[in-house]
Amino acid sequence: MNKPKFVYVVYIATTREKLWQALTSPEWTRQYWATCWQDSTWEVGGPWNIVNGNGTVCDTGTVVEIDPPSKLVTTWKNQIHPELINVGPTTMTYELEETPLGAKLTLTHEAPEGGERFVEMVSAGWPAILSSLKSLLETGRILPTTDQWPE
Amino acid sequence: MDEVFRALADESRRKLLDRLYAKNGQTLGELCEGARMSRQAVTKHLNILEEANLVAVVRRGREKFHYLNPVPIAEIHARWIQKYERPALDALVQLKQSLEKEHEQT
Repeated sequence: MNKPKFVYVVYIATTREKLWQALTSPEWTRQYWATCWQDSTWEVGGPWNIVNGNGTVCDTGTVVEIDPPSKLVTTWKNQIHPELINVGPTTMTYELEETPLGAKLTLTHEAPEGGERFVEMVSAGWPAILSSLKSLLETGRILPTTDQWPE
Repeated sequence: MDEVFRALADESRRKLLDRLYAKNGQTLGELCEGARMSRQAVTKHLNILEEANLVAVVRRGREKFHYLNPVPIAEIHARWIQKYERPALDALVQLKQSLEKEHEQT
C-alpha cells in the first residue's frame, strides 16, 4: 500500500452512525458538498459516482471496501476536467471512529504516479467541505461558500 | 479551538507545519533532519500539534508518517475571515456599479 498524499482529520460531536449517514446520503451531502451527491449501490464492486446539482457525473469510481459505519474505500477518477481525464484512478478512504471527542473522520487520498495534480486539486476543496459538514452536524447550519462551487 | 491557537503560538511548531506543507507525509527522522532541535523536542512539538489536530498521523507497517491537517485552520477561517468576505465583495461590486453608472452618465 502506498502512503497517502493527504490525510484530513475532523472530530465531530455526533455518533458514527449519524456521520456515516451524513457522508453517504444525497440529502446530506448536497447541503455541504456544493450540491454534489454520490450515486452508488454501496456494495463492493458497485459504482461510486459523484454527481453535481445539474446532474452531471463529474467523477466516477468503484466501491473497493465498505463496512458501515466505519470504513469506505473507493477508486476515484475525474471525468470533466481536461487536465485530469487521463489521471488515475486514485483511491479515497473514509474511516470513522468513536472517540471521547466525538466521531473522528479520517479522510485519506492515495494517487498513482502522475496523479499528484488530481490530489492537489481535490485536496484544496476538502478542508472547507469537512468544516461545513462539522458545522451542519453540530449546529444545523452549513458554512457559507460550500453551498456551491466557487466561480 | 484553544489548543489550536496554543499549538500555533510557537515558532518551532509553525516551522514544522511549514515543512509539512512543503512536503506532506514525513517521518520523525525526516523532520528531525535540518531541525535545530533535539529529537525529543521535535517529538514533543509533534505531539502538541497532533493533540490540536493540526497534524494527522498514518502508520504503514513500522513507519509513521505525519501530515498537515488544515481542517482546524479552515474552521478558524470560516469563523473569523470568511464571514467578512461577502460583505466586502458586495461593497466592491456596488462601488464598481455606481462608478460605471456615473461614467455612463457623463
